Amino acid sequence: MNQVVKAATVSGSDMANPLRSEVRQLYKNLLFLGREYPKGADYFSERLKSAFMKNKDVTDPKEIRKLVDRGEFVIKELEALYYLRKYRAMKKRYYEEELSTMLNIG
Amino acid sequence: ENTKIRVKPDHSGVVTDGVKHSMNPFCEIAVEEAVKLKEKKLIKEVVAVSCGPTQVTETIRTALAMGCDRGIHVEVSGKDYEAMGPLQISKIFAALAKKEEASLIILGKQAIDDDCNQTGQMTAALLDWPQGTFASEVTIDGEKVKVVREIDGGLETIKISMPAVLTADLRLNTPRYATLPNIMKAKKKKIANMKPADLGVDMVSRVEVLRVDEPPTRLAGVKVETVDDLVAKLRANGTI
Repeated sequence: MNQVVKAATVSGSDMANPLRSEVRQLYKNLLFLGREYPKGADYFSERLKSAFMKNKDVTDPKEIRKLVDRGEFVIKELEALYYLRKYRAMKKRYYEEELSTMLNIG
Repeated sequence: ENTKIRVKPDHSGVVTDGVKHSMNPFCEIAVEEAVKLKEKKLIKEVVAVSCGPTQVTETIRTALAMGCDRGIHVEVSGKDYEAMGPLQISKIFAALAKKEEASLIILGKQAIDDDCNQTGQMTAALLDWPQGTFASEVTIDGEKVKVVREIDGGLETIKISMPAVLTADLRLNTPRYATLPNIMKAKKKKIANMKPADLGVDMVSRVEVLRVDEPPTRLAGVKVETVDDLVAKLRANGTI
């Protein structure tokens, strides 16, 4: 993570400074969420790193803002993914079973 | 959801070493409901309680990150923990409810490791409080609580007085995720530590596990070509 943060700070202009800590926090938040990623935490952190590195030379604050917003959107998507996965597992285990017992199948 | 559960070689239970523990899904829903009630300013404070060894403090931290104000860790470990079940937990909850002068106890309808579905009911009985179990909707109306319950055959609406015990069902709400910033903020919140003996609770179990076995392997399904084949097969095995 230090490499990514350095890249973000070294190439940012003075105008991008206020967004630096936001970018850093976004990265940390995504990394934290990625621990439960279905394809594995390592798979997630690799792609997270390359996604951030791909944009390390962006200096326009409006552009950075857009990218950060996209990152926030991904956070929401991941939370929804995790919730649905859990909800469906619970529903399958406790509710659909009643249905199949009723129909005498499964 | 991905871990393969294994029965211990001596059939005394299930292997729990190295298995990641997390908050019971129905209890996540219970915590969410409590936090929502506080956000609506209908209750003053939410206390998260967990009984077990040191690891349960992680679960309490998750509850604090979701918005609970403080936590209580009731330390139970070793043989006491292995034998711990709804009866012991409900005695602890009852003692804490009196000590904390709680007006509501909200918990998941059942734990997905033992599927007992007893703790809420036993806690209410020990306290002689009304209970709203399998709640899919909770509304506080003055000193009363309106609870819509999921029952076989549909929904039942009841109104009970507080203090009361509520148990959460799947459709009560959508629990918020404990994000990193929330977990960081929650580090300042306090978790009190105590033992069952401090609450005057004896942990002796009245239940003895005789044996744990894996479920029998399911027989492979049979594919049929036509509806007539299906009917014939169902007749042949006595289903119809």
